[in-house]
Amino acid sequence: MQALVCQPAAAPALFSAEGVVGIIFLLTVALVVTGALIAVNAQRLVRAVSGLAICFTGLAGVYYFLLSPFLAMMQLLIYVGAVSILIAFGIMMATPEEQQTAGMQHRSILAGPLAFSVGALIFAALTVLGLKTQWQVFPRQGTFDIKAVGMSLLTTHSLVFELISIVLLLAIIGALVLAQRGRN
Amino acid sequence: MQLLNLYNCLPTYLVIGALLFAFGVYGMVARRTVIGMLISSEFILAAASTNFMAFNRFLAPDPVVGQIFTLFIMAIAAAEAAIAISIMIAVYRNYKTIETDDLVDLQG
Repeated sequence: MQALVCQPAAAPALFSAEGVVGIIFLLTVALVVTGALIAVNAQRLVRAVSGLAICFTGLAGVYYFLLSPFLAMMQLLIYVGAVSILIAFGIMMATPEEQQTAGMQHRSILAGPLAFSVGALIFAALTVLGLKTQWQVFPRQGTFDIKAVGMSLLTTHSLVFELISIVLLLAIIGALVLAQRGRN
Repeated sequence: MQLLNLYNCLPTYLVIGALLFAFGVYGMVARRTVIGMLISSEFILAAASTNFMAFNRFLAPDPVVGQIFTLFIMAIAAAEAAIAISIMIAVYRNYKTIETDDLVDLQG
């Protein structure tokens, strides 16, 4: 298996510090998969949002394993703290009581297997692509720390930084205008 | 035990990303409410950021770029969720439903 990029390549023993870290990583991945399964398959929308929050909590752990504690914190703040709560509020405000299920009952019989086969096909194709490609490792030049991220945000990527703030401002104004329309 | 070294390998994270993307596509096709489709779209965006973070950790020469890109994806996702929720509330005021089967005024 020459295509696998592992750094370092040696496997740790089970009862060492690295082994415990490996077990924690497996638990994190299990959290991601469980949350995603709940979010996609739950009948009631509130449960789907809970699954979304669970999955994104696990994904914050995955980001931590990818050597970025800053992004892990941002994931918890933005996705678990803001987006999930926002969707939960949307469910409360925009769904009548008798209709809070995800609407999976009265659909055609073909929809479920069709959706499943589409998802499985995409997963298989992407997995084969990821495992078979000869990834080329470039020599490392910078560091992972948050100071480098901040410096880069204000120098190299400053234009995108300003643009994203304008986008967020427009999103706030647009959401206010859209939600206010039609209110009596 | 190779299973415990998975967190040091690039393909692990690529498979996680592919899994999240597949879940997102499955939910987009299977869900019949607009909010369910919004939840699925969040999964697709999360898959993209996972891939960026993985390549950033293992392959990229400068490990800052991937983190910043993921940060921008998060900001775009938050804005998109806010706009989508407000559109849903507006649609719900006019139609009293958010099921995609009932929102067919343009179907003729």
